[in-house]
Amino acid sequence: MATIAPPLPKPKAQSPVGSGDGFDQGDSGGNGDHGAGRPGSLSDQRYYTGMMLGLAAIVMLFAAFTSAYIVRKGLSDDWRATAFPGILWLNSMVLLASSFTLEKARRWRQVQARFQGWWCATTGLGMIFLIGQIVAWQQLVAGGVYVHTNPSSSFFYLLTGTHAVHLLGGVIALLYLSWRVWRRNSGSLGATALGVTALYWHFMDGLWIYLFLLLLIAG
Amino acid sequence: MADAVQTSHAVHEAPTGFWRKWIFSTDHKVIGIQYFFLALFSVLLGMILSIFIRFNLVWPGTEIPLLETFFPMGAPGGVMTPEFYLAFLTMHGTIMVFFVLTTAPQGGFGNYFLPIQIGADDMAFPILNMLSFWLTFVALVVLLSAFFVTGGAPISGWTAYPPLSALGEIAGPGLGTGQTLWVLSIAIFCVAALLGALNFITTTIDMRTEGMTLMRMPLTVWSWFVTAILGLLAFGVLLAAGILLLMDRSAGTSFFIPGGLVVSDQLIDHKGGSPLLWQHLFWFFGHPEVYIAILPGMGVTSQLLSTFSRKPIFGYRAMVYALFGIGILGFMVWGHHMFMSGMSPYTAIFFSLMTTVIAVPSAIKTFNWLGTLWRGNIRMTTPMLFAVGFVSLFVTGGVSGLFLNQPSTDIYLHDTYFVVAHFHIIMGVAAIFGIFGGTYYWFSKMFGRQMSEFWGKVHFGFTFVGVYCIFTPMHFLGMAGNPRRYPELTGFDFLEPLASIHLFITIAAFITISAQMIFLINFFWSLFKGKKAEINPWQATTLEWEIPSPPPHDNFAGKLPVVYRGAYEYSVPGEPQDFSMQTSQKTSAS
Repeated sequence: MATIAPPLPKPKAQSPVGSGDGFDQGDSGGNGDHGAGRPGSLSDQRYYTGMMLGLAAIVMLFAAFTSAYIVRKGLSDDWRATAFPGILWLNSMVLLASSFTLEKARRWRQVQARFQGWWCATTGLGMIFLIGQIVAWQQLVAGGVYVHTNPSSSFFYLLTGTHAVHLLGGVIALLYLSWRVWRRNSGSLGATALGVTALYWHFMDGLWIYLFLLLLIAG
Repeated sequence: MADAVQTSHAVHEAPTGFWRKWIFSTDHKVIGIQYFFLALFSVLLGMILSIFIRFNLVWPGTEIPLLETFFPMGAPGGVMTPEFYLAFLTMHGTIMVFFVLTTAPQGGFGNYFLPIQIGADDMAFPILNMLSFWLTFVALVVLLSAFFVTGGAPISGWTAYPPLSALGEIAGPGLGTGQTLWVLSIAIFCVAALLGALNFITTTIDMRTEGMTLMRMPLTVWSWFVTAILGLLAFGVLLAAGILLLMDRSAGTSFFIPGGLVVSDQLIDHKGGSPLLWQHLFWFFGHPEVYIAILPGMGVTSQLLSTFSRKPIFGYRAMVYALFGIGILGFMVWGHHMFMSGMSPYTAIFFSLMTTVIAVPSAIKTFNWLGTLWRGNIRMTTPMLFAVGFVSLFVTGGVSGLFLNQPSTDIYLHDTYFVVAHFHIIMGVAAIFGIFGGTYYWFSKMFGRQMSEFWGKVHFGFTFVGVYCIFTPMHFLGMAGNPRRYPELTGFDFLEPLASIHLFITIAAFITISAQMIFLINFFWSLFKGKKAEINPWQATTLEWEIPSPPPHDNFAGKLPVVYRGAYEYSVPGEPQDFSMQTSQKTSAS
């Protein structure tokens, strides 16, 4: 089994970039300000930064939905709880399992057969989760619960639907990366591509747990 | 002088074909110019709409045959219907706020100059950058198409308050398909703005060149950075609100529509929703949006005042902290748009207090600008005039804000022309002055030719005097109780004495708008016939003034610069000239 050494940080060139005459508003170089002196085009850090910021935007989207949820529920006397589809328990297990398999794939990044097995399992579990969500919606529809039936059902479809769209994006990213592996015939993926994808995937997992509890407890 | 040790790793090769070079370009400079021209087109359109708005207020019922040609439904016989007036009002506001004030300073100048000013060869994510522009373009097309659908453009104002905006055609013309297109356009715009914000922040954090520490960044970069943070946190909330509104309109939900509503003699089949919920979500976005429009103008003003006073900016660090202070406080004041909504007086006091506190970082900025000018070796160039104009407008608009942030006075002034005067001066015109200042300052770098200084100053004179003539009297209209959004003012006794003020405003508006032709002619003439620009015509210090005008595809020709100094080292004692480039090493004498 191959062990993976973390990439060594690029040694920073020493240069007289600081000054102490008080005229300079700048700090001296090498003060722990990692952006300066490390051109981003040479660094993969930007992919992590970008993903974290993207997740921050998604947090704001769902925070806005949540505050609307609380306000709408608190204001009205027409709120009736929507029956919680039992399959969501199963779906949650599937999604949690996919986070586990994704971590397995990351661990076996340099062992082609194992990596591909875990990677395919993750993609498959993601797809099963989405199908499970469709089944949950169908169960609700079969029970006569539509988007406009009640504010609680409106929020149920809104929150699960918006999450599903985001997770679909994650599945497409997994498929795209698989295609890249296949096209380059490289057997595996770079640590950054894997790391950023995992960040998104685990976040979607955590977001689902949050929504699941919100709908279960406050639905 | 310029010292470059690092080899830039080309993000992408220079494209050769027309489509990849000028249309679907991933070069931040081309995208910046695309944003700039999109905003220029939008501002002209928004201005034309305002001509008709002002015309109708003073001469209602006058036939304008041209209107009937384009809008037979909205202006039968060439006479604007009241609803059509509101449609113009809505589109004027939406176009100006989203596609001009949000787009030009950030998408335009920010895209073009942020990577260069921090010594990067492009944005962190060039393809996302291209996607962001084209989504903005699609959003504009979708918005404008609302003019040409059955019922025409929406009439709900740029704030689109439900329940009217949520009910569809029954609530009025333009509230059917037109309003749906409006919501779609804003949703697309939100996605574009989020992608842009993500790119700006990542670029600033991770792409700075060697020696470009945070506290050496130009204040323009800081302002684009803080603006991007506001955009990242605010546009997601507007997107959420837009999705909810769209569901109320199309999926039969009742997020915003209350029960028992009777509209056009029909009982509406919704119940339990809250129109105030929209207001909270909208203004949680809407107030930071004001700062999204104005902060880049503050950055440009700082840059220009320092450059043309030949002095370092006064209190650089305080300026940076004040930017953050304004940005953070901007998220805690949205309730001051809703004092009239019946909120608890205690809540209102909180929002009022927070709003008043914004005066502190704003005053820090203003006094630092004055401190920068103080005893400076001032060069009254056209960009400098617009920067000084910005400071003037910022103070004027800020002072009227102090009246509006008091719930007791706001209840009287709410929905009057006082509010119109306030936000036009501070958010509209001040931000536009920042854009004009940036245009006159950076034109030579962007297009390789100089704009005429003489005609620039003439343009400034007309515009500066003109906007004060337009908006100062509006304060008095507001104090006299003149409500906003009324299509015509005849038939109200208490408004009769104000007619002459409205006439004055309209004439001032027509003159000021005509004076913008001076800018347009200067701009396009200089684009092709202007004097060839030098590398550093203003003798400024930041990195964009070290590279050719216009810069090559990867900005620094494969060699990233190394930075040794802060951004505003003017008149350094012992230096041979009164500006020291950021890349120049200190001489032993200094």
